[in-house]
Parts: sequence; structure tokens; C-alpha cells
Amino acid sequence: MPTDPSLASPEDVFTLRRRPPSEKLLDTGFRQLTLALASAVAFVLIGIFLTVFVEAREAIAQFGLTFLTTSDWDPGNETFGAWVAIYGTLVSSLLALVIAVPLGVGTAIFITEDIIPVQVRETIGLMVELLAALPSVVLGLWAIFVLEPAIRPVLNLLHHLLGWTPFFSTVPQGPGMAPAILILVVMVMPIITSISRDALNQVPIELRQGAYGVGTTRWGAIFSVILPAAVSAIVGGVMLSLGRAMGETMAVTMIIGNSLNFSLSLLAPGNTIASLLANQFGEADGIQISALMYAALILMILTFVVNVAAQWIVKRLSLRY
Amino acid sequence: MANPAPKSISYANTDLFDRRPLFFDGTLKRNQLNLLLTGIAALFASIAVLPLFLVLGHVLVKGGSLFSWALLTELPPAPGLSGGGIGNAIFGTIVVTLIATLIAVPIGVGGGVFLCEYSRNGWFAQFVRFGNDVLAGVPSIIAGIFIYGLVVATKVFFDQSYSALAGGIALSVLMLPTVIKTTDEGLRLVPQELRWGAYGVGASKFVTVMRITLPAAFTPISTGIVLAVARAAGETAPLIFTALFSPYWPDGLFSPIASMSVLIYNFAIMPYEYQNALAWAASFVLVVMILGANLLSRWITRMAKT
Repeated sequence: MPTDPSLASPEDVFTLRRRPPSEKLLDTGFRQLTLALASAVAFVLIGIFLTVFVEAREAIAQFGLTFLTTSDWDPGNETFGAWVAIYGTLVSSLLALVIAVPLGVGTAIFITEDIIPVQVRETIGLMVELLAALPSVVLGLWAIFVLEPAIRPVLNLLHHLLGWTPFFSTVPQGPGMAPAILILVVMVMPIITSISRDALNQVPIELRQGAYGVGTTRWGAIFSVILPAAVSAIVGGVMLSLGRAMGETMAVTMIIGNSLNFSLSLLAPGNTIASLLANQFGEADGIQISALMYAALILMILTFVVNVAAQWIVKRLSLRY
Repeated sequence: MANPAPKSISYANTDLFDRRPLFFDGTLKRNQLNLLLTGIAALFASIAVLPLFLVLGHVLVKGGSLFSWALLTELPPAPGLSGGGIGNAIFGTIVVTLIATLIAVPIGVGGGVFLCEYSRNGWFAQFVRFGNDVLAGVPSIIAGIFIYGLVVATKVFFDQSYSALAGGIALSVLMLPTVIKTTDEGLRLVPQELRWGAYGVGASKFVTVMRITLPAAFTPISTGIVLAVARAAGETAPLIFTALFSPYWPDGLFSPIASMSVLIYNFAIMPYEYQNALAWAASFVLVVMILGANLLSRWITRMAKT
């Protein structure tokens, strides 16, 4: 490049432009603004804990830890115990997972390993994601009018065959724990599928090639190489969906029957903390609100523990390849 | 495969390897097990997609049959009566979701910019990311009672308790984690060279973020926002004690407002057939909107790729 002879020294070529104070102010101001917006998350989270805790204080002082173990929920007499709801929350979400985990992980294996053409795999993946997008209130509506009448004969048969066990001892009559568990399966299975699918897709191709290279069968490779490599992310995803299942409100509320009486039977109506809140919060006042807030606090602690455990598992148990 | 050892190796024809073609022996135990397990996985995959078809089918048949212009524009009838539509609920869902979007998107995108552009690995950013994941796991009903305690019970907005604004705020609590996460992750995908290039020609950090990195990450961020909006539009639990419900057209942002999700919940548990039919019709409209938004987000991604 020919140099312009009229420019003699570097000072003439490069003029240092000083940034005007307004520009600097804008820059730092923008940083502080984004910092403030990021802190909003912390404020909201702490705000939720504080609001629920403060409102629950009265009930905590009055009922203490017996709130967790007694099952007498009587707003008339102002005695409250949340055992029915806590039991229902744990049983419904855990049993839903027992069904949803094999379904979800199996589906994920089916659409990540090279079993069927790519287009079919992607279509199944898309459909599972659309299932996850359906609003829970629509699933609840479907559960009331379609699912529950459809499975009633099966539940009757279960009662007929296994009625001697406490878990099927009541005659199924409409809403109950069993249809609620099934609708929870529909809701958490897509989550497990898509997280497991991502986890399986991230297993390095070399591991697969190595397994097939030493002559294993497809499922030999899946069970001894691919699944172990992806297990931490899958377990993390399962924990996340457990948190979802415990906090799921609408579909469960619409189909579980919202009974305040304790029953071991899965065919009888039950309750969960979330559906207790959805049902009673609107008409509650005084100590009942506080008791409901106490129940909400328990739900928050449960989901918090499960979510933190999920994050810990993903971080700590991941295999290093 | 048991290969009978050749009696004498003919070195003239150097054939050290078994040259017989590979074959698949279906009678082998491992191959049968393989087939069985593949069959089970295929069965599980078909069970997994079955609910989508069943739910969509029922919603289309039961809800679509009631679809008409009156459904979209008229008010719901009094309990037990028939006629009318869900116009106020459709409008209310749009209003409440819009309020939530207007709150959650600026906060979420701003917070995501901080996490990715200003403090990628600082302790505060790590803490915010952790808090964000926890917030994403908070049950939606808890977000509802939080806003109930914060806004509705305290009557901060002009002495009004239940209001459209309260409902919008409750939904924004649910949207916020998704928006922050997608912004943070979307900005991480922007190549570092783009930022260096901008700094190199003398752009300030603010200009770099606004003109270079945010536009470069437009696709993942907008996809995330569309998905978050779609999810919020279908949420019910946060609205039942904040926005409540109203059988009338909305009366400003500071009074209770109808929404499709709460209408479905209320009308589904009513003992009247026409109300149940309206719940199906509202489900139809809601599902069409939500699945439409989901397909839109996919379309955005695909457009950006080509």
C-alpha cells in the first residue's frame, strides 16, 4: 500500500479518540442494569420462600411437626394435618415414575440408536415434544372424560383379582389415585424421553464403535457401554421429572378425587399437596390459609431437595471419557 | 463361530483368515434377545406417542365440532344454560400472557446478557444460574400462591385484590427461568471472534452486545421465548388465585379476568353438559394456539439454518 506522503508521523495517522463520559456512563449503566435484572431471579426465589414461610409461621407454631404425620384436615374444628396430601404426593409421583422411566428411557433408546430411519426417529421425537407442550388442564379434561371411563374396567378387574391386598381394596368409582398416576405418567414421560435422548446423543461415537468393534450385539452395547456412559444425565432427568410430578397441579386435581380421608388403596380417591392448595386456597381464611401455606412450604422443600439432588447428580456422577 | 481348523495350511494360497461371508444366525440366543429387546423398545415408543394421538383426537372431535364464529366472540352462558362462546376467555388469555411476556422478556434477556457477557464464571453468576434452575423447578401452584401473598392479599394495585395484572405477574415468574436460560445458552453459541471483531473496530461493550451478540443469538433466544409464551398460555394453577375468572368481558387490568385454562378447569368439573362441551372447545382453541407456537419455534430454527 503506498503511503500518503502528506502524513508524516504516526500521530497524524492514528488520532486517539477519547470516549466521551456519556458513552462510558452508558456502558457501566448497562452493566449495572443487567446485573440488577439477573439479581431479579434471586429476589424472586427468596421472595417465594419468605412469603410462604411468613404466612405459614402461625400454623408451624400451632401444629409443629405433628402436621406432617396426622391426617385430620378439618377446617371447621381448625385442626389440620397434611399426612394424606404428603402421602398422596409421594405415592403418586413415585409410582408414576416407576411406569414412566422404562417407557421414557426405552423410547429414547429407540429413537437414538440406529434402529429405524432418521425421519421416523425425528417424527417420534417431535411428537413426544408436542405431548410435553400440551397444557396440563387439557390433559386433566381428557383424563376426566376419556381416560378414567376407559380404564375403569381394568381397575375393576384389578380390584376383583387383587382386592385382598390393601392397595386395591376399594371399588373404583370415578376419580382416584390410579387415573391420577396414569395422567402423571403422560406428563413426565416426555420429559424423561427428551432428557434421555439428549444424554444418549452425547455419548461419544467412539464408545459405540469400540463396543461394536469387539463384536457385541446392539443391546449388549446399549446395556454395558452406552447406558452407563449416559446414566448420570438420565438419572438427573428422572429426578427433575420427579420434581415436576410432585408439583403438578391441574391434571391431578381434576382426576384424583381430592379426598381428605387416608386410604392405602390406589383405587380410592386421594389428594396431593398441590391439589389440596388448588382446591382449598380460594375459599380459605385465617388459620386454614396458614396451614395451606405450611403444606406449600413442605412441597417447596420436597421439590427443592429433589431439584438440587438432580443438579448434583448430573455434576458429580458424570463419567469422564 | 467354530471354524474347523484346516488340516494343512497352504501357504501358497495365503488364506490366514476365514473368508466365508459373514452371516446372521437368527437362532442364536443373543440375536433372539436382541430382537426381543428391540421389539420392547418399539412397543414403548408406540405407547409414548399414543397419548398425543388420543388427546389430540378427542380435542379435535369434541372441541372442533363446536367451533364457530360465535364461540370465538360471545360470552359464556350462565351455568346450566347453553349458547354463547368463550370470547372473553380467549381475549383474557392473550392479555394475561402478554403482560407476562412484557415482564419476563426484558428481565430474562437482561439477566441472560449479564450471565453470559459480563460474568461468565463469577460466583454471583454461578449462584444466579443455580437459583434459576431451582426457580424452574418451583411448582406452578407455588408461583400462584406467592403472587397471591405478594399482590392479591396485600391489595397493592389500587386496593384491588384479584386482577389480570396479578395473573400476568404470576405467569412471568414461570416464564423467567426459561427466558434467562435460553438467552444465556444462546449467547454462548455466538463465536468469540465476533465480539473481538467488534472490540477491534472500537465498539464499546454496550454496542457490541446490542448490535453484534444479541442479533447473532436472535434465533435461539426467540425460539426459547416462543416456547415460554406457549407454556405460560396453558398454565392454570398460577391463575386460579390471582387472575381468578370472570364471566364478562375484561374490565381493565386491575380486575379479575377470564382465561381459557381456568375456564376449562371450571367448566370441566361442572355437572352441565354444555359447559363441559365449552371446556372441550376451549381446549381445542388453546391446543391449536400452543401447538401452533411450538411449530412456529421449530420453523424459526429451520429458517435460520438455511
